[in-house]
Formats: sequence, structure tokens, C-alpha cells
Amino acid sequence: MELLSGGDILIRALKDAGVKDVWGYPGGAALHIYDALYRQDDVFHILVRHEQAAVHAADGFSRATGEVGTALVTSGPGATNAITGIATAFMDSIPMVIISGQVPLSKIGQDAFQETDMVGVSRPIVKHSFLVTRAEDIAETIAKAYYIASTGRPGPVVVDIPKDVTDPSYKVAYHWPAEVKMRSYQPTDKGHRGQIKRAVKTLIDAKRPVIYTGGGIVIDNAAEHLIALAKKLNFPVTNTLMGLGGYPGTDKQYLGMLGMHGTYEANTAMHHADVIFAVGARFDDRVTNDLEKFCPNATIIHIDVDPTTVSKNIEAHIPIVGTCTSVLTEMLAIAGQLEREPDAEAIADWWKQINQWRDDKGIYTASRYEPSAGTCIKPQDVIKMLYKITSGEAIVTSDVGQHQMFAAQYYLFDEPRMWINSGGLGTMGFGLPAAMGCKRAFPDKDVAVVTGEGSIQMCIQELSTCTQHNLPVKIINLNNAALGMVRQWQDMNYSSRYSESIYEDSLPDFVKLAEAYGHVGMKITHIDELEEKMRECFAMKDRTVFMDICVDRSEHVYPMQMPGGSMRDLWLNKTERT
Amino acid sequence: MKRIISILLENESGALSRVVGLFSQRGYNIDTLTVAPTDDDTLSRLTLTTQGDDQMAEQIVKQLHKLIDTIKVVDLTVGSHIERELMLVKIKAAENDIRAELKSCVEIFRGTIIDVTSATYTVQLAGDSEKLDAFIEAVRELGIVEVVRSGVSGISRGDKFLRV
Repeated sequence: MELLSGGDILIRALKDAGVKDVWGYPGGAALHIYDALYRQDDVFHILVRHEQAAVHAADGFSRATGEVGTALVTSGPGATNAITGIATAFMDSIPMVIISGQVPLSKIGQDAFQETDMVGVSRPIVKHSFLVTRAEDIAETIAKAYYIASTGRPGPVVVDIPKDVTDPSYKVAYHWPAEVKMRSYQPTDKGHRGQIKRAVKTLIDAKRPVIYTGGGIVIDNAAEHLIALAKKLNFPVTNTLMGLGGYPGTDKQYLGMLGMHGTYEANTAMHHADVIFAVGARFDDRVTNDLEKFCPNATIIHIDVDPTTVSKNIEAHIPIVGTCTSVLTEMLAIAGQLEREPDAEAIADWWKQINQWRDDKGIYTASRYEPSAGTCIKPQDVIKMLYKITSGEAIVTSDVGQHQMFAAQYYLFDEPRMWINSGGLGTMGFGLPAAMGCKRAFPDKDVAVVTGEGSIQMCIQELSTCTQHNLPVKIINLNNAALGMVRQWQDMNYSSRYSESIYEDSLPDFVKLAEAYGHVGMKITHIDELEEKMRECFAMKDRTVFMDICVDRSEHVYPMQMPGGSMRDLWLNKTERT
Repeated sequence: MKRIISILLENESGALSRVVGLFSQRGYNIDTLTVAPTDDDTLSRLTLTTQGDDQMAEQIVKQLHKLIDTIKVVDLTVGSHIERELMLVKIKAAENDIRAELKSCVEIFRGTIIDVTSATYTVQLAGDSEKLDAFIEAVRELGIVEVVRSGVSGISRGDKFLRV
């Protein structure tokens, strides 16, 4: 039998786990691993400029493909730099494996150079973690890590490997386990049949139903099942920020996003619903607003693969633990066998009411903001233009802030895995590295980073990675020379005292900056230039383009839920409220 | 109300810290915690007590179950169960009348005096937490020097058992 060193075993195991790309950054404790990488051609390594970006890029790759993303970092600062990325993936249930070098076993606990207790530091933000203490255990640990990361409710898994475990002079037999079995980990797949029947009956009896779906639909590849059920029932559907694309954004049954910056019709329909069918969503505080006032008349059906999510914030009347695909498949089968149909008249009345809300105050039936004029470019119009020019077919990553909400509202995603954003943790700096992961996965697709001049500066060093690895992403920088969402809250709650949210005198010349990295930079200051320049930007297929677009800084994101209110209590613009 | 939660855990490094970490991370309190390997040395049995209503207890059990290292989790308080805690108490006992009073008190509580010096008695006592609390109250005025409690260990009554 062939004998391999720990470093070689690790790379072989990654290959056997199906890994093609690893995003990472070398360092002392990881050098044996990097040497093993150098001596093979199966696993490709992409060198980033900061470990946070390695994890975000692997995360973006995973969100775009559904595969497990992989990042490799060294001990100490390499490991701690990865933490924000790991927490981001954890909050959004993204399957990832993060491999970190560690100081040699004999040095652990001695405050050695670049020592950090990575298993300890990452503990609250991982699905699971391993410290590998023998070269013999590497292959099995890697197999377990990928299995745990990708099954049940997915999440990041950390594998911490001390340097002596990958020592090239110590060689052992390589064995890749044919299957992984763990007595302590058996995720639930199928939901309880009796509960599923009850759920179907409750849906069919509903008069004012809303289907409310989240990231679970995207992660579990359940969009088709959701569409089939929604169409069969003719029920309205709303998606969370994480669920966008789970149901086609241009479909007439789609109400738009719900929650803090959700549409009037989605939030109002939720409030008045008699049955809420929540699938792969978690009743997050950015959706529900005040829990006490949440949807007072609704019977709640809740499907989630994670039992802790069900009835955590809102008590479910019909809880179902199982994957979205398996439960929705079963519901469709049961609905097909039942002789009863939904009450067509009641559903027609409900649609009439919803359409009334749409016409009155919806953001898609009419423009609810002052249009752009001259040098006053509205950020919403930039997103609409992006949608037009990419025909709604780009993969859009975003950072965090106003631009993220405008993108979520005005770019209509017809398919899952097209909208890539940090929903749970809200990580500024996510967009550019995540886009690199998407571009690597889909080199022929347009990948746009919707960002702001605040967020982009948090991981702007990755422009260099784009150069080295030829990742031609398009950066749509909504530059309002202010931390827009912070400023909006300061306008609304702090009498416009802009504490540390403005910095316009110190912003870089983004055009020159892009050029310095070998990319194309463009500055847009007038609405009349926008379309032509953006067409030019997307026509340059093999270039990374930085579009610095000066937008109106006084613009706020609306609708916006009022703190302490119910879902339907919204500001519709600066002066009008429900 | 008081909850006694029993966990069967993989006996691996880091497993205990994940359980303990979960409590601080989710804002639950641990009142007592005991942990030791079982007859199968790949498994640890852990008993912890906490406070919470039904909904909170259900969340705690679900969250514990979600940890990859946990094999089984039971809220013992839901059914009929036995709880035991071991306590060692060192008490001032220099004078004869106090020594006599202490001896009779230990007898009433069915404890044992396991160490004696000219100045102190060390008492061993097992029982449920309320009994141990009552003993402490009974001897408090005599002058307690040191108290060591093991924390609660629990097991369900009857034929039910927690095993792989």
C-alpha cells in the first residue's frame, strides 16, 4: 500500500471529497500542506489577499453552486482573520469546510508563535469542529467534515491540523472511507406524515393564506417543489432576504420580499393572513417585527430541517421537521390525492384585496420615489438599470447596507442561487470576495457586486486576487459618500446627527484605484451616462470593471417597518406611513 | 422550575466545552453540572440542572441534541426520576456538646462522619438537593467551614434507560 505524509493525505482526501478549488493564504503552520498542494494537480488553490476573503469566496462559491466551499488558512492570525467569514456562513447555513494550520501538538498551550485555540475561538460559530492529532485520522476527519457540513442544516466545519500531523517525514497508509456513519449525528430528512397531512388540510381550508419562504428553499434546491405547490394552490408567496429567487421574482403570485424593508403588500398580507405556511424560514427579527404583534389571526405551519428553529421565536401550530424537498414533495402528493380543492371564491377575494394593496402602495406597480434627474442619481434607478442591462440573468452579490436592500427590492430574481448576500450576520466586505467565488464557479455568467463605498473598502484588497486569477466581476458601487444605512437611522432616530457616518473628503479615487490593480474604472455622475456606461461595463467580458456611481445620499430605503410595531406598520416614504 | 437534563455524549476532547458553551451562548444558566465516563468508556454521561419553563426546556433539549457530539438528551423532570447529590461538609466541632449535637444531626440525615480532628468534623451526605440544603440549614449555626457538592446526578425510574 502506498504511504503518504499527512500533508499529502489531506490533499488526497480533499480530492476524494470532490473538492476542486481551495481558497486560502499560506503561513508557517500550514507550510507542509502548501508544499503538498504544490506537488499535485488535482486541487487548485486560489491565493487571496486576506483570510476573511478566502472564506467569503469559498462561501460565495458554495451559495452559487450548492457544493461545499473550502478555505485553507494558517494558525493564529490566519485563523482569527477567517472568523468573520465563518460566522457569516454559519448564520446563513452555508456548507463549508475551513482547514486551519495549528502549531505542533507539543507546542499547544505554550503560547507558541502564531498560536490560537482555533477550535475554542470558532466554537460558537461552527456546526462542528475537529482538532486532528494523528496523520492516520486526517482522511476520516475530512470525510466527516464534508458530510457534516453538507447534510441536515448545512454549516461551516473547522478542521484544525497541528503542523507535526502533516510532517512530510512521517508517512502512513491512505484510506478514504466509503461512507460516513456517526452514531451521534443522524439528521432528520422526512417529515412526520400525520403532521404533513394536517398541514395540507389546513392549507386547503385557508381563506387568506400566505406562503412565506426563506433560505431553506434555496439551500435545499426546493424551488421547483415550491413553485409546483404554490401554482397548484394559487396562493401568494413572499420570500425573505435569504430566500430571494426561491420563487420567481417576476411571477404574478409573488408579493416581493417581506420584513423590515419588505413590500407593503407582502407585509400587509402576512399581517392579515389566516394561515401562514413558513418553509425553510426562521421568523427572524428582521421579518417579524414585534413578536407580540406578529400576525394575530394566523395558524402557523412551519417546515424546517432544524428542530431548534421550529417554534423558537413564533410557536408553530403545525410543526414539521424535515427537508424542504421531502416535505413539499409529500405535500404535493397528498394534495393530489385529496378530493377537496381550496375555496376558489375565498382565494379570489384574497387576491383582489392583495392586488388592491399592490396598486395602492406597492413598489412595483408605480415608482414610489422621486425619479433621478441630472446629477441626482437615485440608487434604485441604478439597480433597475442593472436589471435591465443584465436581463435579470446576472449573479448578484451584495455587501451590507442600503445598496443591499435596494438590490433585494429592485433586482427581481427568477431563479435561486442568483442572489448572494450576507443576510444573517450582515457582513460588510462580503460582496467582492463572494463574487470571486461565483465567477470561478460560473465563468460564463455575468457576476455583479452591488456595493457601497463603505462596504467595498472592507475587502477592496481582493481587486488584486481578481487580477491574479482572472476573475472579471463587475463592481457596481453606489457611492453616496456616507455609511448610508447608518445615516438613514441617524436621520430617523437621532435628529440627523451623523455620528461617524460621513467621510467624503477622504474617499479614494476609485477609478484610479481600479486602474492601479490593472482593472477598468468608470465614474458616473449624471443619470444620462448610466445606461451607456453600464452597457460598456458588461460588454467587457474579460475585464474586472469598477463602476463608481455617485448616488443621492439623502435617499432612504422604504418601505421600513416601524420599531415595536406589527408587520404592517410601515414607513412608506419620509412622510407617509401606514 | 428546576430542570434535570441528562445527556449521553461522545467521550471526546472538546465535547464538554460545546455543551457548556451552548448555555452561555444561548443565555441559559447552568445551576449544577456533573460529568464522567460510563461503563462504555467511549461515552460520557452528563447531568445538568437549570431553570426554565416548558418552552425554554424544550429549546434547551433541542439545542443540546443539535450538537454533533450528543447522542441522547432527556429532560428527566418530565417523568418520574431519581436525583442524587453527594456533599462533603467540614464543620467546626471543638466542644463536646457541639460534637454531640452534630453527631445526632448527621444520624437524622443519614450521613456519615468521615474525618475527625480536634477542631472539625467532616460529614458526607447523599440525597436530593433539598435534603442537602436542609442539612446545611440545620448545622449552619454550628459553624460551617467548607462545603463541597457534586452537583445532581439523575436517572429515570422504572424500565426506561438512556443508552446507545
